[in-house]
Amino acid sequence: MELDVHVQKKIGDFHLDCTFSLSASRAGVFGPSGSGKSTLMHLLAGLATADNGHIRLDDQILFDSSRKINKRPEERRIGVVFQHAHLFPHMSVRQNLLYGYSRTARKERKIEPEGLFKVLGVDVLKDRDVTTLSGGERQRVALARTLLTCPRLILMDEPLSGLDEERKFQIIPYLERVFGEYSIPLIFISHSLLEMRMMTEELLVMEQGSITRQLETESFARTTWDTGRKGYINLISLGLSQRHHDLFSYNWGDNCLILTEPGEAPENLFELDAREIILFKRHPEATSARNLLQCKVLQVYMSGNRARVELETGGKSLIAQIVPESVRELGIEKGSEVVAAIKASAFSRIF
Amino acid sequence: MLTLSPHDLQAVALSLKVAVSATILATPAGIAIAFFLAFGKMRGKAIVEGIINLPLVLPPVVVGYLLLLSFGRNGFIGSLLNRFDIQIIFTLKAAIIASMVVGFPLLVRSIRIGMEAIDPAYFKVARTLGAGWWDSFFTIALPLCSRAIYAGMTLMFARSLGEFGATVILAGNIPGVTQTIPLAIYEYTSTPGGDSMALTLCLVSIVLSFTVLLLSEAVTKRLRKG
Repeated sequence: MELDVHVQKKIGDFHLDCTFSLSASRAGVFGPSGSGKSTLMHLLAGLATADNGHIRLDDQILFDSSRKINKRPEERRIGVVFQHAHLFPHMSVRQNLLYGYSRTARKERKIEPEGLFKVLGVDVLKDRDVTTLSGGERQRVALARTLLTCPRLILMDEPLSGLDEERKFQIIPYLERVFGEYSIPLIFISHSLLEMRMMTEELLVMEQGSITRQLETESFARTTWDTGRKGYINLISLGLSQRHHDLFSYNWGDNCLILTEPGEAPENLFELDAREIILFKRHPEATSARNLLQCKVLQVYMSGNRARVELETGGKSLIAQIVPESVRELGIEKGSEVVAAIKASAFSRIF
Repeated sequence: MLTLSPHDLQAVALSLKVAVSATILATPAGIAIAFFLAFGKMRGKAIVEGIINLPLVLPPVVVGYLLLLSFGRNGFIGSLLNRFDIQIIFTLKAAIIASMVVGFPLLVRSIRIGMEAIDPAYFKVARTLGAGWWDSFFTIALPLCSRAIYAGMTLMFARSLGEFGATVILAGNIPGVTQTIPLAIYEYTSTPGGDSMALTLCLVSIVLSFTVLLLSEAVTKRLRKG
Protein backbone atom coordinates (compact mmCIF):
# COMPACT_ATOMS: atom_id res chain seq x y z
CA MET A 1 0.00 0.00 0.00
CA GLU A 2 1.14 3.51 -0.84
CA LEU A 3 -0.82 6.27 0.83
CA ASP A 4 0.09 9.83 0.10
CA VAL A 5 -1.79 12.51 1.98
CA HIS A 6 -1.75 16.26 2.20
CA VAL A 7 -4.95 17.68 3.69
CA GLN A 8 -6.06 20.89 5.33
CA LYS A 9 -9.36 21.48 7.03
CA LYS A 10 -10.69 24.16 9.33
CA ILE A 11 -13.44 23.27 11.78
CA GLY A 12 -14.31 26.22 13.99
CA ASP A 13 -11.07 27.20 15.72
CA PHE A 14 -9.41 23.89 14.97
CA HIS A 15 -7.00 23.63 12.05
CA LEU A 16 -6.03 20.28 10.62
CA ASP A 17 -2.95 20.30 8.42
CA CYS A 18 -1.45 16.88 7.73
CA THR A 19 1.17 15.76 5.26
CA PHE A 20 2.52 12.23 5.20
CA SER A 21 3.27 9.19 3.07
CA LEU A 22 2.75 5.69 4.36
CA SER A 23 3.83 2.36 3.01
CA ALA A 24 3.83 0.20 6.16
CA SER A 25 1.09 -2.41 6.14
CA ARG A 26 0.33 -1.74 9.81
CA ALA A 27 0.51 1.90 10.69
CA GLY A 28 -0.88 3.88 13.57
CA VAL A 29 -2.07 7.41 14.12
CA PHE A 30 -1.21 8.25 17.69
CA GLY A 31 -2.14 11.35 19.62
CA PRO A 32 -4.13 12.70 22.54
CA SER A 33 -7.89 13.28 22.36
CA GLY A 34 -8.70 16.35 20.30
CA SER A 35 -5.53 16.16 18.22
CA GLY A 36 -7.54 15.55 15.04
CA LYS A 37 -7.12 11.79 14.63
CA SER A 38 -10.80 11.15 13.98
CA THR A 39 -11.07 14.12 11.62
CA LEU A 40 -8.17 12.71 9.62
CA MET A 41 -9.90 9.32 9.52
CA HIS A 42 -13.11 10.93 8.26
CA LEU A 43 -11.18 12.70 5.51
CA LEU A 44 -9.46 9.49 4.43
CA ALA A 45 -12.73 7.56 4.35
CA GLY A 46 -14.52 10.30 2.46
CA LEU A 47 -16.97 10.95 5.31
CA ALA A 48 -15.79 14.55 5.44
CA THR A 49 -14.24 16.76 2.78
CA ALA A 50 -10.96 18.58 3.19
CA ASP A 51 -10.78 22.28 2.32
CA ASN A 52 -7.52 21.78 0.46
CA GLY A 53 -5.06 19.12 -0.56
CA HIS A 54 -4.99 15.62 -1.98
CA ILE A 55 -5.27 11.98 -0.93
CA ARG A 56 -3.80 9.27 -3.12
CA LEU A 57 -4.07 5.55 -2.39
CA ASP A 58 -1.79 3.43 -4.60
CA ASP A 59 -2.44 4.74 -8.10
CA GLN A 60 -5.88 6.15 -7.44
CA ILE A 61 -6.58 9.74 -6.51
CA LEU A 62 -9.31 9.77 -3.88
CA PHE A 63 -9.34 13.48 -3.34
CA ASP A 64 -7.72 16.41 -5.06
CA SER A 65 -9.07 19.87 -4.37
CA SER A 66 -7.25 21.49 -7.30
CA ARG A 67 -8.61 18.94 -9.79
CA LYS A 68 -12.02 18.84 -8.10
CA ILE A 69 -11.81 15.10 -7.50
CA ASN A 70 -13.64 13.78 -4.46
CA LYS A 71 -14.52 10.09 -4.53
CA ARG A 72 -17.60 9.17 -2.54
CA PRO A 73 -17.07 6.94 0.52
CA GLU A 74 -18.62 3.93 -1.22
CA GLU A 75 -16.23 4.35 -4.16
CA ARG A 76 -13.07 4.60 -2.07
CA ARG A 77 -13.15 1.02 -0.79
CA ILE A 78 -11.66 2.06 2.51
CA GLY A 79 -13.11 0.07 5.40
CA VAL A 80 -13.73 1.73 8.73
CA VAL A 81 -14.20 0.12 12.13
CA PHE A 82 -15.49 2.74 14.51
CA GLN A 83 -14.97 3.09 18.24
CA HIS A 84 -18.43 1.71 18.87
CA ALA A 85 -19.26 -1.17 16.59
CA HIS A 86 -22.45 0.49 15.28
CA LEU A 87 -24.08 -2.76 14.28
CA PHE A 88 -27.36 -1.99 12.54
CA PRO A 89 -29.94 -2.61 15.27
CA HIS A 90 -32.76 -3.52 12.88
CA MET A 91 -30.80 -6.34 11.29
CA SER A 92 -29.69 -9.73 12.54
CA VAL A 93 -26.01 -10.45 13.11
CA ARG A 94 -25.98 -12.37 9.81
CA GLN A 95 -27.55 -9.47 7.89
CA ASN A 96 -25.05 -7.12 9.48
CA LEU A 97 -22.16 -9.35 8.48
CA LEU A 98 -23.29 -9.54 4.87
CA TYR A 99 -24.40 -5.91 4.43
CA GLY A 100 -21.15 -4.82 2.83
CA TYR A 101 -20.40 -8.19 1.20
CA SER A 102 -23.59 -8.10 -0.83
CA ARG A 103 -22.64 -4.63 -2.04
CA THR A 104 -19.14 -5.65 -3.09
CA ALA A 105 -18.57 -6.49 -6.76
CA ARG A 106 -18.08 -10.23 -7.29
CA LYS A 107 -14.59 -9.78 -8.71
CA GLU A 108 -13.55 -7.87 -5.61
CA ARG A 109 -14.75 -10.51 -3.16
CA LYS A 110 -11.51 -12.15 -2.14
CA ILE A 111 -12.41 -13.20 1.37
CA GLU A 112 -14.57 -16.24 1.85
CA PRO A 113 -17.17 -15.38 4.55
CA GLU A 114 -17.28 -18.72 6.39
CA GLY A 115 -13.50 -18.87 6.71
CA LEU A 116 -13.35 -15.32 8.07
CA PHE A 117 -16.17 -16.01 10.53
CA LYS A 118 -14.12 -18.88 11.94
CA VAL A 119 -10.95 -16.80 12.26
CA LEU A 120 -12.84 -14.07 14.10
CA GLY A 121 -14.96 -16.50 16.10
CA VAL A 122 -18.21 -14.96 14.89
CA ASP A 123 -19.60 -18.12 13.28
CA VAL A 124 -21.29 -18.97 16.58
CA LEU A 125 -22.83 -15.50 16.83
CA LYS A 126 -24.57 -15.42 13.45
CA ASP A 127 -27.97 -16.42 14.72
CA ARG A 128 -27.89 -14.23 17.82
CA ASP A 129 -29.75 -10.96 18.21
CA VAL A 130 -27.50 -7.92 17.81
CA THR A 131 -28.59 -6.53 21.19
CA THR A 132 -27.41 -9.62 23.07
CA LEU A 133 -23.76 -9.40 22.00
CA SER A 134 -21.02 -8.25 24.36
CA GLY A 135 -18.81 -5.28 23.46
CA GLY A 136 -15.98 -7.50 22.22
CA GLU A 137 -18.36 -9.66 20.18
CA ARG A 138 -19.93 -6.58 18.59
CA GLN A 139 -16.51 -5.26 17.65
CA ARG A 140 -15.54 -8.60 16.08
CA VAL A 141 -18.78 -8.66 14.08
CA ALA A 142 -18.12 -5.07 12.96
CA LEU A 143 -14.61 -6.01 11.90
CA ALA A 144 -15.86 -9.06 9.96
CA ARG A 145 -18.54 -6.91 8.31
CA THR A 146 -15.87 -4.44 7.16
CA LEU A 147 -13.36 -7.10 6.09
CA LEU A 148 -15.93 -8.83 3.89
CA THR A 149 -15.99 -5.77 1.63
CA CYS A 150 -12.31 -6.59 0.92
CA PRO A 151 -11.23 -2.98 1.40
CA ARG A 152 -7.91 -1.74 0.08
CA LEU A 153 -7.22 -0.23 3.49
CA ILE A 154 -8.84 -0.58 6.90
CA LEU A 155 -9.08 2.29 9.35
CA MET A 156 -9.72 1.35 12.95
CA ASP A 157 -10.74 4.31 15.09
CA GLU A 158 -10.06 3.58 18.76
CA PRO A 159 -11.68 0.13 18.39
CA LEU A 160 -10.72 -0.92 21.92
CA SER A 161 -11.74 2.12 23.89
CA GLY A 162 -15.43 1.23 23.81
CA LEU A 163 -14.74 -2.15 25.44
CA ASP A 164 -14.59 -3.23 29.08
CA GLU A 165 -11.25 -2.36 30.61
CA GLU A 166 -10.74 -5.90 31.88
CA ARG A 167 -11.40 -7.75 28.68
CA LYS A 168 -10.59 -5.27 25.97
CA PHE A 169 -7.34 -6.86 24.92
CA GLN A 170 -9.00 -10.22 24.31
CA ILE A 171 -9.79 -8.98 20.81
CA ILE A 172 -6.09 -8.46 19.98
CA PRO A 173 -5.33 -12.14 19.14
CA TYR A 174 -8.29 -12.08 16.71
CA LEU A 175 -6.94 -8.92 15.10
CA GLU A 176 -3.47 -10.41 14.84
CA ARG A 177 -4.84 -13.56 13.27
CA VAL A 178 -7.07 -11.75 10.81
CA PHE A 179 -4.45 -9.24 9.67
CA GLY A 180 -1.92 -12.05 9.45
CA GLU A 181 -4.18 -14.21 7.33
CA TYR A 182 -5.63 -11.58 5.01
CA SER A 183 -3.05 -9.06 3.96
CA ILE A 184 -5.13 -5.91 4.22
CA PRO A 185 -3.23 -2.74 5.17
CA LEU A 186 -4.30 -1.23 8.46
CA ILE A 187 -4.27 2.23 9.96
CA PHE A 188 -4.93 1.98 13.65
CA ILE A 189 -6.02 5.14 15.44
CA SER A 190 -5.56 5.33 19.18
CA HIS A 191 -4.32 7.36 22.10
CA SER A 192 -2.96 4.26 23.83
CA LEU A 193 0.70 3.50 23.26
CA LEU A 194 0.19 -0.04 24.51
CA GLU A 195 -2.41 -0.72 21.80
CA MET A 196 -0.13 0.84 19.22
CA ARG A 197 2.75 -1.40 20.21
CA MET A 198 0.54 -4.45 19.88
CA MET A 199 -1.02 -3.50 16.54
CA THR A 200 1.36 -1.36 14.50
CA GLU A 201 4.86 -1.20 13.04
CA GLU A 202 4.99 2.45 12.14
CA LEU A 203 3.51 5.50 13.84
CA LEU A 204 2.31 8.89 12.80
CA VAL A 205 2.33 11.07 15.89
CA MET A 206 -0.37 13.68 15.77
CA GLU A 207 -0.45 16.84 17.83
CA GLN A 208 -2.84 19.76 17.50
CA GLY A 209 -3.94 18.91 14.00
CA SER A 210 -0.62 18.03 12.42
CA ILE A 211 1.65 15.05 12.07
CA THR A 212 4.73 15.94 14.07
CA ARG A 213 6.69 12.70 13.78
CA GLN A 214 6.71 9.53 11.73
CA LEU A 215 8.77 6.64 13.11
CA GLU A 216 8.79 2.98 14.06
CA THR A 217 6.37 2.20 16.88
CA GLU A 218 9.02 0.55 19.01
CA SER A 219 11.42 3.48 18.62
CA PHE A 220 8.63 5.81 19.64
CA ALA A 221 7.84 3.70 22.71
CA ARG A 222 11.48 3.91 23.70
CA THR A 223 11.62 7.68 23.30
CA THR A 224 8.58 8.32 25.45
CA TRP A 225 9.95 6.65 28.57
CA ASP A 226 11.51 9.81 29.96
CA THR A 227 8.46 11.99 29.42
CA GLY A 228 5.79 9.79 30.95
CA ARG A 229 5.52 9.16 34.65
CA LYS A 230 5.09 5.45 33.94
CA GLY A 231 8.15 3.35 33.22
CA TYR A 232 8.73 1.57 29.96
CA ILE A 233 6.52 -1.50 29.55
CA ASN A 234 8.15 -4.64 28.17
CA LEU A 235 5.65 -6.64 26.13
CA ILE A 236 6.39 -10.34 26.47
CA SER A 237 4.64 -12.70 24.11
CA LEU A 238 4.57 -16.29 25.38
CA GLY A 239 3.15 -19.58 24.20
CA LEU A 240 1.54 -22.40 26.17
CA SER A 241 2.73 -22.84 29.74
CA GLN A 242 3.78 -25.96 31.61
CA ARG A 243 3.21 -26.57 35.29
CA HIS A 244 6.22 -25.90 37.43
CA HIS A 245 5.31 -26.89 41.01
CA ASP A 246 2.59 -24.38 41.82
CA LEU A 247 3.84 -21.91 39.19
CA PHE A 248 3.99 -21.97 35.40
CA SER A 249 6.96 -22.10 33.10
CA TYR A 250 7.16 -20.72 29.56
CA ASN A 251 9.77 -20.87 26.83
CA TRP A 252 11.03 -17.42 25.93
CA GLY A 253 13.82 -17.42 23.37
CA ASP A 254 16.58 -19.63 24.80
CA ASN A 255 15.42 -18.90 28.34
CA CYS A 256 12.69 -20.28 30.49
CA LEU A 257 10.44 -17.88 32.42
CA ILE A 258 8.55 -18.70 35.59
CA LEU A 259 5.26 -16.87 36.09
CA THR A 260 2.42 -17.03 38.57
CA GLU A 261 -0.13 -16.97 35.77
CA PRO A 262 -0.98 -19.96 33.58
CA GLY A 263 -1.03 -19.71 29.79
CA GLU A 264 -3.80 -21.90 28.47
CA ALA A 265 -4.14 -20.23 25.07
CA PRO A 266 -1.52 -20.67 22.34
CA GLU A 267 -0.80 -16.93 22.48
CA ASN A 268 -0.40 -14.98 25.70
CA LEU A 269 0.79 -11.43 26.09
CA PHE A 270 2.19 -10.14 29.37
CA GLU A 271 3.42 -6.73 30.37
CA LEU A 272 6.50 -6.27 32.48
CA ASP A 273 7.29 -2.85 33.88
CA ALA A 274 10.95 -1.96 33.30
CA ARG A 275 11.13 -0.81 36.95
CA GLU A 276 10.33 -4.33 38.16
CA ILE A 277 13.65 -5.69 36.87
CA ILE A 278 16.55 -5.77 39.31
CA LEU A 279 20.09 -6.02 37.93
CA PHE A 280 22.96 -7.87 39.60
CA LYS A 281 26.58 -7.74 38.67
CA ARG A 282 27.02 -11.46 39.32
CA HIS A 283 24.68 -14.37 39.73
CA PRO A 284 23.23 -13.98 43.24
CA GLU A 285 23.57 -16.95 45.53
CA ALA A 286 19.95 -17.04 46.49
CA THR A 287 16.99 -14.78 45.76
CA SER A 288 13.27 -14.85 46.10
CA ALA A 289 12.88 -13.78 42.44
CA ARG A 290 12.07 -16.85 40.33
CA ASN A 291 13.69 -15.59 37.15
CA LEU A 292 17.40 -14.93 36.89
CA LEU A 293 18.45 -14.15 33.34
CA GLN A 294 22.01 -13.81 32.12
CA CYS A 295 21.98 -10.64 29.96
CA LYS A 296 24.29 -8.61 27.82
CA VAL A 297 23.94 -4.80 27.91
CA LEU A 298 23.25 -3.44 24.43
CA GLN A 299 22.81 0.21 25.26
CA VAL A 300 22.47 2.54 28.25
CA TYR A 301 20.41 5.73 28.01
CA MET A 302 20.44 8.35 30.73
CA SER A 303 17.66 10.77 31.39
CA GLY A 304 17.72 12.91 34.52
CA ASN A 305 17.88 10.67 37.56
CA ARG A 306 16.87 7.54 35.66
CA ALA A 307 18.71 5.18 33.37
CA ARG A 308 17.32 2.78 30.83
CA VAL A 309 19.35 -0.32 30.14
CA GLU A 310 18.65 -2.23 26.96
CA LEU A 311 19.46 -5.90 27.48
CA GLU A 312 19.78 -8.96 25.27
CA THR A 313 19.03 -12.35 26.71
CA GLY A 314 18.61 -15.67 24.93
CA GLY A 315 17.84 -13.93 21.64
CA LYS A 316 15.20 -11.61 23.14
CA SER A 317 15.46 -8.01 24.22
CA LEU A 318 14.43 -6.55 27.52
CA ILE A 319 14.53 -3.07 28.97
CA ALA A 320 15.25 -2.37 32.61
CA GLN A 321 14.95 0.97 34.34
CA ILE A 322 17.36 1.76 37.16
CA VAL A 323 18.97 4.89 38.60
CA PRO A 324 22.30 6.36 37.39
CA GLU A 325 23.94 5.63 40.73
CA SER A 326 23.35 1.90 40.20
CA VAL A 327 24.80 2.20 36.69
CA ARG A 328 27.99 3.61 38.14
CA GLU A 329 28.23 1.17 41.07
CA LEU A 330 27.64 -1.88 38.90
CA GLY A 331 29.87 -0.51 36.14
CA ILE A 332 27.13 -1.03 33.58
CA GLU A 333 28.18 -0.09 30.06
CA LYS A 334 27.64 -1.26 26.54
CA GLY A 335 28.78 -4.89 26.25
CA SER A 336 28.92 -5.68 29.98
CA GLU A 337 27.27 -8.77 31.43
CA VAL A 338 24.57 -8.54 34.12
CA VAL A 339 21.98 -10.79 35.68
CA ALA A 340 18.39 -9.62 35.62
CA ALA A 341 16.13 -10.78 38.44
CA ILE A 342 12.40 -10.74 37.85
CA LYS A 343 9.72 -11.92 40.25
CA ALA A 344 7.23 -14.49 38.97
CA SER A 345 4.40 -12.13 39.92
CA ALA A 346 5.86 -9.12 38.08
CA PHE A 347 4.28 -10.20 34.81
CA SER A 348 0.71 -9.08 34.35
CA ARG A 349 -1.48 -10.53 31.69
CA ILE A 350 -2.78 -8.38 28.83
CA PHE A 351 -4.55 -11.27 27.12
CA MET B 1 -82.30 3.75 15.89
CA LEU B 2 -78.73 2.75 15.04
CA THR B 3 -79.20 2.14 11.37
CA LEU B 4 -77.16 3.80 8.68
CA SER B 5 -78.90 5.23 5.64
CA PRO B 6 -77.24 4.83 2.22
CA HIS B 7 -76.46 8.49 2.57
CA ASP B 8 -74.57 7.83 5.82
CA LEU B 9 -72.71 4.89 4.32
CA GLN B 10 -71.63 7.16 1.49
CA ALA B 11 -70.27 9.64 4.06
CA VAL B 12 -68.34 6.86 5.83
CA ALA B 13 -66.90 5.62 2.52
CA LEU B 14 -65.94 9.17 1.52
CA SER B 15 -64.28 9.78 4.89
CA LEU B 16 -62.21 6.63 4.54
CA LYS B 17 -61.34 7.49 0.94
CA VAL B 18 -60.21 11.00 1.92
CA ALA B 19 -58.22 9.85 4.97
CA VAL B 20 -56.50 6.98 3.13
CA SER B 21 -55.63 9.10 0.06
CA ALA B 22 -54.45 12.07 2.10
CA THR B 23 -52.23 9.85 4.28
CA ILE B 24 -50.73 7.88 1.40
CA LEU B 25 -50.13 10.95 -0.75
CA ALA B 26 -48.61 13.00 2.06
CA THR B 27 -46.30 10.33 3.51
CA PRO B 28 -43.45 10.46 0.93
CA ALA B 29 -43.36 14.26 1.15
CA GLY B 30 -43.57 14.01 4.95
CA ILE B 31 -40.56 11.68 5.04
CA ALA B 32 -38.56 13.97 2.74
CA ILE B 33 -39.35 17.12 4.74
CA ALA B 34 -38.71 15.36 8.06
CA PHE B 35 -35.35 14.13 6.75
CA PHE B 36 -34.44 17.64 5.66
CA LEU B 37 -35.45 19.06 9.04
CA ALA B 38 -33.61 16.35 10.98
CA PHE B 39 -30.36 16.17 9.01
CA GLY B 40 -30.32 19.14 6.62
CA LYS B 41 -27.63 21.72 7.19
CA MET B 42 -29.07 24.43 4.94
CA ARG B 43 -30.15 27.81 6.12
CA GLY B 44 -33.83 28.63 6.29
CA LYS B 45 -34.71 25.43 8.12
CA ALA B 46 -36.60 27.41 10.75
CA ILE B 47 -38.71 29.10 8.08
CA VAL B 48 -39.61 25.81 6.41
CA GLU B 49 -40.46 24.41 9.81
CA GLY B 50 -42.64 27.41 10.60
CA ILE B 51 -44.59 27.17 7.36
CA ILE B 52 -45.15 23.43 7.81
CA ASN B 53 -46.35 23.86 11.38
CA LEU B 54 -48.62 26.80 10.62
CA PRO B 55 -51.75 24.68 9.97
CA LEU B 56 -51.28 23.22 13.46
CA VAL B 57 -51.82 26.57 15.15
CA LEU B 58 -54.08 28.34 12.64
CA PRO B 59 -57.84 27.80 12.84
CA PRO B 60 -58.69 25.17 10.15
CA VAL B 61 -61.18 27.65 8.68
CA VAL B 62 -58.33 30.08 8.02
CA VAL B 63 -56.32 27.30 6.38
CA GLY B 64 -59.37 26.42 4.28
CA TYR B 65 -59.87 30.01 3.23
CA LEU B 66 -56.20 30.43 2.25
CA LEU B 67 -56.45 27.21 0.25
CA LEU B 68 -59.62 28.49 -1.39
CA LEU B 69 -57.78 31.64 -2.41
CA SER B 70 -54.88 29.62 -3.87
CA PHE B 71 -56.96 26.98 -5.60
CA GLY B 72 -59.73 29.34 -6.73
CA ARG B 73 -60.21 30.16 -10.40
CA ASN B 74 -58.10 33.29 -10.00
CA GLY B 75 -55.76 31.85 -7.40
CA PHE B 76 -52.08 31.15 -7.93
CA ILE B 77 -52.43 27.38 -8.22
CA GLY B 78 -56.05 27.37 -9.43
CA SER B 79 -55.34 29.43 -12.54
CA LEU B 80 -52.42 27.14 -13.37
CA LEU B 81 -54.55 24.00 -13.01
CA ASN B 82 -57.36 25.64 -14.93
CA ARG B 83 -55.18 25.59 -18.05
CA PHE B 84 -55.11 21.81 -17.85
CA ASP B 85 -58.84 21.82 -17.19
CA ILE B 86 -58.37 20.53 -13.64
CA GLN B 87 -61.04 21.62 -11.20
CA ILE B 88 -60.21 21.33 -7.50
CA ILE B 89 -62.74 23.32 -5.51
CA PHE B 90 -65.92 21.50 -4.44
CA THR B 91 -64.54 18.12 -5.50
CA LEU B 92 -63.19 15.11 -3.60
CA LYS B 93 -59.68 16.32 -4.52
CA ALA B 94 -60.32 19.46 -2.47
CA ALA B 95 -61.33 17.40 0.57
CA ILE B 96 -58.13 15.35 0.20
CA ILE B 97 -55.96 18.48 -0.18
CA ALA B 98 -57.57 20.11 2.87
CA SER B 99 -56.88 16.97 4.95
CA MET B 100 -53.34 16.74 3.65
CA VAL B 101 -52.47 20.30 4.58
CA VAL B 102 -54.05 20.14 8.03
CA GLY B 103 -52.60 16.73 8.94
CA PHE B 104 -49.14 17.31 7.43
CA PRO B 105 -47.51 18.95 10.50
CA LEU B 106 -48.51 15.98 12.66
CA LEU B 107 -46.99 13.56 10.16
CA VAL B 108 -43.74 15.50 9.79
CA ARG B 109 -43.34 16.08 13.50
CA SER B 110 -43.66 12.42 14.32
CA ILE B 111 -41.26 11.22 11.59
CA ARG B 112 -38.78 13.93 12.43
CA ILE B 113 -38.59 12.86 16.07
CA GLY B 114 -37.95 9.30 14.91
CA MET B 115 -35.22 10.39 12.51
CA GLU B 116 -33.50 12.58 15.06
CA ALA B 117 -33.20 9.55 17.31
CA ILE B 118 -31.10 7.73 14.69
CA ASP B 119 -27.36 7.87 15.32
CA PRO B 120 -25.88 9.43 12.14
CA ALA B 121 -22.93 7.06 12.53
CA TYR B 122 -25.09 4.29 11.05
CA PHE B 123 -25.15 6.17 7.73
CA LYS B 124 -21.40 6.62 7.84
CA VAL B 125 -20.92 2.91 8.48
CA ALA B 126 -23.28 2.02 5.64
CA ARG B 127 -21.46 4.35 3.26
CA THR B 128 -18.05 2.87 4.09
CA LEU B 129 -19.56 -0.59 3.55
CA GLY B 130 -20.31 0.35 -0.04
CA ALA B 131 -23.88 1.64 0.16
CA GLY B 132 -24.70 4.77 -1.83
CA TRP B 133 -26.74 7.63 -0.38
CA TRP B 134 -30.13 6.33 -1.52
CA ASP B 135 -29.19 2.78 -0.59
CA SER B 136 -28.33 3.81 2.96
CA PHE B 137 -31.49 5.92 3.11
CA PHE B 138 -33.73 3.00 2.19
CA THR B 139 -31.87 0.29 4.12
CA ILE B 140 -30.89 2.26 7.25
CA ALA B 141 -32.86 5.48 7.73
CA LEU B 142 -36.33 4.27 6.74
CA PRO B 143 -36.32 0.96 8.65
CA LEU B 144 -34.86 2.63 11.75
CA CYS B 145 -37.67 5.16 11.90
CA SER B 146 -40.44 2.91 10.61
CA ARG B 147 -42.29 3.12 13.91
CA ALA B 148 -42.21 6.91 13.83
CA ILE B 149 -43.41 6.90 10.21
CA TYR B 150 -46.22 4.59 11.14
CA ALA B 151 -47.17 6.69 14.18
CA GLY B 152 -47.19 9.82 12.01
CA MET B 153 -49.39 8.13 9.43
CA THR B 154 -51.83 7.07 12.14
CA LEU B 155 -52.04 10.59 13.51
CA MET B 156 -52.56 11.98 10.05
CA PHE B 157 -55.21 9.40 9.23
CA ALA B 158 -57.10 10.14 12.44
CA ARG B 159 -56.82 13.89 11.86
CA SER B 160 -58.15 13.45 8.32
CA LEU B 161 -61.14 11.46 9.56
CA GLY B 162 -62.10 14.36 11.78
CA GLU B 163 -61.21 17.23 9.44
CA PHE B 164 -64.03 19.75 9.16
CA GLY B 165 -63.10 23.43 9.00
CA ALA B 166 -60.76 23.49 6.02
CA THR B 167 -62.80 20.87 4.16
CA VAL B 168 -66.12 22.68 4.43
CA ILE B 169 -64.58 25.82 2.96
CA LEU B 170 -62.49 24.26 0.18
CA ALA B 171 -64.67 21.28 -0.75
CA GLY B 172 -68.08 22.39 0.42
CA ASN B 173 -70.66 20.06 1.94
CA ILE B 174 -72.01 18.17 -1.07
CA PRO B 175 -73.63 14.82 -0.19
CA GLY B 176 -72.05 11.97 -2.10
CA VAL B 177 -69.19 14.13 -3.38
CA THR B 178 -67.44 15.84 -0.49
CA GLN B 179 -69.64 15.15 2.49
CA THR B 180 -67.49 13.21 4.97
CA ILE B 181 -68.68 12.04 8.42
CA PRO B 182 -68.08 15.33 10.29
CA LEU B 183 -69.83 17.31 7.55
CA ALA B 184 -72.78 14.89 7.58
CA ILE B 185 -73.04 15.20 11.37
CA TYR B 186 -73.00 18.97 11.03
CA GLU B 187 -75.82 18.80 8.50
CA TYR B 188 -77.89 16.48 10.72
CA THR B 189 -77.49 18.72 13.75
CA SER B 190 -78.76 21.70 11.81
CA THR B 191 -81.75 19.76 10.46
CA PRO B 192 -84.86 19.45 12.69
CA GLY B 193 -85.17 15.85 13.93
CA GLY B 194 -81.69 14.88 12.79
CA ASP B 195 -80.37 14.26 16.31
CA SER B 196 -80.57 10.48 16.32
CA MET B 197 -78.95 10.24 12.92
CA ALA B 198 -76.17 12.57 14.08
CA LEU B 199 -75.68 10.35 17.11
CA THR B 200 -75.45 7.23 14.95
CA LEU B 201 -72.71 8.83 12.85
CA CYS B 202 -70.97 9.97 16.03
CA LEU B 203 -70.90 6.34 17.17
CA VAL B 204 -69.52 5.27 13.77
CA SER B 205 -66.86 7.94 14.14
CA ILE B 206 -65.90 6.71 17.61
CA VAL B 207 -65.72 3.08 16.43
CA LEU B 208 -63.58 4.06 13.42
CA SER B 209 -61.15 6.12 15.49
CA PHE B 210 -60.90 3.44 18.14
CA THR B 211 -60.19 0.79 15.52
CA VAL B 212 -57.43 2.96 14.06
CA LEU B 213 -55.88 3.33 17.52
CA LEU B 214 -56.05 -0.40 18.24
CA LEU B 215 -54.60 -1.30 14.86
CA SER B 216 -51.83 1.22 15.27
CA GLU B 217 -50.94 -0.18 18.71
CA ALA B 218 -50.81 -3.71 17.32
CA VAL B 219 -48.57 -2.73 14.41
CA THR B 220 -46.27 -0.66 16.63
CA LYS B 221 -45.87 -3.64 18.94
CA ARG B 222 -45.00 -5.88 16.03
CA LEU B 223 -42.48 -3.36 14.67
CA ARG B 224 -40.88 -3.09 18.09
CA LYS B 225 -40.50 -6.86 18.26
CA GLY B 226 -39.25 -7.16 14.69
